[in-house]
Amino acid sequence: MPKRFVSIWFKYLLTDREAIRLKSLRELPVAFTEPDHGRMLVMATNVHAEHCGVKAGMAAADARVLAPGIQLFETKPGRNIKLLKGLAEWCLRYTPLVMVDAPDGLLLDVTGCTHLKGGETEFLKDMVSRLRGLGYTIRPGMADTIGCAWAVARCAESGLIVPVGGQRNALMPLPPASLRLGLDLLIKLRELGFYQVGSFIHLPKSVLKRRFGGNMVLRLYQALGQEAEFLLPLKEPVPYSERVALLEPIRTREVIETTVHALIDTLCKRLYGEGLGLRSAVLTYCRIDGKSGQISIGTNHPSQRTDHIFKLFALQFDQVAPGLGIELFILDAPKTEPATDKQNLLWNGKPAADSEEVAELLDNVGARVGKDHIHRYLPLEHHWPERAAGNTADLTESPENDWPEDKIRPVQLLEPPEPIEAMALTPDYAPRQFVYRHERHIIVQADGPERISHEWWIEDGGYRDYYVAEDEEGMRYWLFGTPNDLPGQTRRWFIHGYFP
Amino acid sequence: MNATKQEMIDKLRKDLLGWEGFRPVAPEERQSFGLGPIENAFPNRVFPTGALHEFISTRPEFTAAIGGFIAGIMQTLLENGGVCVWVSYTRRIYPPALKRFGVDPDRIIFIDVTREKDVLWVTEEALKCQGIAAVICETRLLSFMESRRLQLAIEQSQVTGFILRKDVKVFNTTACTARWTVKPLRSKLRPGMPGVGHPRWQVDLLKVKNGQPGSWTLEWKNNAFVHQPLPQEQIQNPDIDRRYA
Repeated sequence: MPKRFVSIWFKYLLTDREAIRLKSLRELPVAFTEPDHGRMLVMATNVHAEHCGVKAGMAAADARVLAPGIQLFETKPGRNIKLLKGLAEWCLRYTPLVMVDAPDGLLLDVTGCTHLKGGETEFLKDMVSRLRGLGYTIRPGMADTIGCAWAVARCAESGLIVPVGGQRNALMPLPPASLRLGLDLLIKLRELGFYQVGSFIHLPKSVLKRRFGGNMVLRLYQALGQEAEFLLPLKEPVPYSERVALLEPIRTREVIETTVHALIDTLCKRLYGEGLGLRSAVLTYCRIDGKSGQISIGTNHPSQRTDHIFKLFALQFDQVAPGLGIELFILDAPKTEPATDKQNLLWNGKPAADSEEVAELLDNVGARVGKDHIHRYLPLEHHWPERAAGNTADLTESPENDWPEDKIRPVQLLEPPEPIEAMALTPDYAPRQFVYRHERHIIVQADGPERISHEWWIEDGGYRDYYVAEDEEGMRYWLFGTPNDLPGQTRRWFIHGYFP
Repeated sequence: MNATKQEMIDKLRKDLLGWEGFRPVAPEERQSFGLGPIENAFPNRVFPTGALHEFISTRPEFTAAIGGFIAGIMQTLLENGGVCVWVSYTRRIYPPALKRFGVDPDRIIFIDVTREKDVLWVTEEALKCQGIAAVICETRLLSFMESRRLQLAIEQSQVTGFILRKDVKVFNTTACTARWTVKPLRSKLRPGMPGVGHPRWQVDLLKVKNGQPGSWTLEWKNNAFVHQPLPQEQIQNPDIDRRYA
């Protein structure tokens, strides 16, 4: 199957964009300038300015004389690339393979895509009318090779769709500039009297190479399809991607749900067939007004269950703003993993933390309250109480070492510790009484001290002397005092937790 | 004649318990939680798993005691594998401390939501999931309607649910199977011994469906509950068999 490429030329890219922003500019001559050697040069114009004789490369002062009332704007370098990138993303609705063709065009690989719109002519018509509707002046070209499509889009008067294998005939009447050559070569060709590609296309390769250099031969043969040329897609195509284009734009929640469910079902069937499950998925929707948005989900477990994935997306449907209507849904699965065999669960009896059921529950919860709110703790080899447990997001990770059992720790821990007013009769002894939140506790029994030092290789700081203290009512507290043997420091007391 | 009547009444009682969400427990799957006489206060003389337990706490010290008590029960629930979910919006529980109550802290999944209203939503989702051994929910408010929703979810999945209600001002009616309070008591040591003894609690069963409320003193010692009989307690807790006699 021959490849088919579309090249789109945005003739007035910058000025069109400005006119979309400011409607009043549509009827006025507009030009963009950039500083060059201490003066301002015109580098882009619109059609009205062009009629007045303003051309790119002209000094801004001359343009003012030629077209009185011309609107001049200073441009920022790279602005055209930014605009083209946005347009390329817009074009993803036609084909997944889009490339930015600097400075003023796009390249699309539309192999196998045109029948979706009812043929190549309809495909181009649809694209042109939509882009014109947005406010851009464009010229498309379609051919078997990138070079030929480029040439046709920029230089041909008619015949914008080159039939399969018709590159040679299409190129014949075009000027040499259609071959994407450098300015010096073009001048040389002009001086030699080659005004059309047809006048030198029949010359032998070796002659052309000797006279004009290898680059020209490469460009010519690329346009003819005798040398390979590749397209670098803007976005890496996702291997697991499904899309549904709708005849009528939809806006109601029920219809969106039905469509998305069907889309997920298609993807899941495909994944199931290949023994994979998805770990993350992105749903992109394109609205008829050109805006698009996306919602994404992640799972804890490779999943290929339509209902589960749909449920995760359904939690986010509130964020979908259909506006006037959605016309295209794209579902990508950027991350997939081999789905594990379900049978081994049967042997385990009650499912463990990494079981599918629990993973699905956590997906649901994570989608609603946020994944970073789900914690699981593993023991760490630290004595400092705040560091003794490490947070992990992984459900399958098992602890490397045992949880310490020898130290008594409070069930409720205050973070950070809160200061108390305590009175100790003897140093190195637990306080006799303390006041916490305006309540006086008289301590009758106490254990301690347990001295816990800061880990100096992590953080500077002193030690804490911890006491387990029980008051008259039987409430048990974890208190600590700061160092009292350092010069110039008095011991301060804190409450750090409650024992059961 | 009398015998058949008695049989009919017994059967009706059993059916009633079933309709109220109490599953008859087969002797081989009967789990003992080591709660001693407290288990006798429940219908069928067994601590109801697959039910909703409500714990009332009015002070942070009580919350710690309840945390210890629940962890002690969870030890038995987690014996057969599975995980536990702990839902809260202001959590102070310190995971490493649970090891003292026989629970591996890495088998608990903590879900710390930022909004209080999400707590009940997460709890309900977790209670619907059969792969979970127990769900602990720390919340402040629980209306009758919300508790009924949780109870219905439990009847499908048979997961055990613990609702830990902090800072309760009003004791409203809920659809929970049991309502508890746990208060820390002065620990007991041999006379003359310094230090603090084993955790000791006064466990009050304020309400229990088809059972007998009561008050007991428990101690946590060597990874098990130890019941401390007190003289007045036996009067408060008449033998449950007398009701059926």
